[in-house]
Amino acid sequence: MAGFFSRLALIFRSKADKALDRVEDPRQTLDYSYQRQLELLQKVRRGVADVATSRKRVELQAQQMQSEMQKLTLSAQRALEAGREDLAREALTRKSGLQAQLGDLQTQHATLQGEEEKLVRASTRLQAKVDAFRTRKETIKATYSAAEAQTRINEAFTGISEEMGDVGLAIQRAEDKTLQMQARASAVDELLASGALEDATGTYKDDITRELDSLASDAAVENELAAMKSQLAVGSGPAPTPALSSSSSTEASPQPGVAEASQESAQPQAAPQSPEDQ
Amino acid sequence: MIVRILSEGQWVVDEDALPELNEIDSALETAVANGDQQALTDALATLLERVRTIGEPVPDDMLAESDLILPEGDASLDEVRALLADNSGGLVPD
Repeated sequence: MAGFFSRLALIFRSKADKALDRVEDPRQTLDYSYQRQLELLQKVRRGVADVATSRKRVELQAQQMQSEMQKLTLSAQRALEAGREDLAREALTRKSGLQAQLGDLQTQHATLQGEEEKLVRASTRLQAKVDAFRTRKETIKATYSAAEAQTRINEAFTGISEEMGDVGLAIQRAEDKTLQMQARASAVDELLASGALEDATGTYKDDITRELDSLASDAAVENELAAMKSQLAVGSGPAPTPALSSSSSTEASPQPGVAEASQESAQPQAAPQSPEDQ
Repeated sequence: MIVRILSEGQWVVDEDALPELNEIDSALETAVANGDQQALTDALATLLERVRTIGEPVPDDMLAESDLILPEGDASLDEVRALLADNSGGLVPD
């Protein structure tokens, strides 16, 4: 295949050749290369840890969104029970907005998981090659004597160099992607923290909840009022009783004024009659 | 012939598959020249799938140079251009 991507292979090869040309004693190349391989292995493992951290963060955010969505569903149910279809519709609309964001998070999660798996695999592969290189390096160094050894050094070096180049690229890609994801995750975190997302979800949900709550408290007020009224209605039996008894007591023991008035009224009635009679 | 798919590993591919792979390779080159991301992604997907299907994976502990290196399936036009243009530092640690 003398085509397009054979150029990539040539680039890898020429870089390895250049690196070899720079060193005078090929055995030093082997030791130096081995050190670089161990460093790269460390870097790959750190890369795996970084990607895993990002992935867990996205998982946490997805959980938060899911619980927000559950709250909105409950709000919609409450609203419907209260006969407020408009509020229920609002809650469900906000829920579908969150659903879209959640879908986006799930895509991010899948991407991160893919990167993580690739790096884990790269780490395994590089470890195996580094081990093979170490074995070969010791053999070459022990038998180093002739141009034949030089050839074997070149073989081992170019073989591992390509792998290192590939792994180096994979880490770079994973780092770039992880940084992008982290930036987006931070944005969502900031939104959640500042309450802006609460505005998009919580406050919306809050005004729905507030309205539902006020509906509920209105109903509670009405219920209490009704209870008080009915208590009053039952109480209107005993309440007039004191009034009746007081009026009967007035009859029984007439207040002085009333008695005087009745005496006065009796006297004038009697008085005119008595002069006529007399 | 040994083919590496970047970030995936190496495969031993029979020389008989060359004409078929070269055809897809031409499509890739055209896609990159035209700046056609979709054509690149499609051709790359076909090419990688063929290599994985007809190739035998190279054991992890084998140190071998590749004759051909293919970018990852989700590589962008910019990434492929950068890979091919990169003649100094970067790909292979010095």
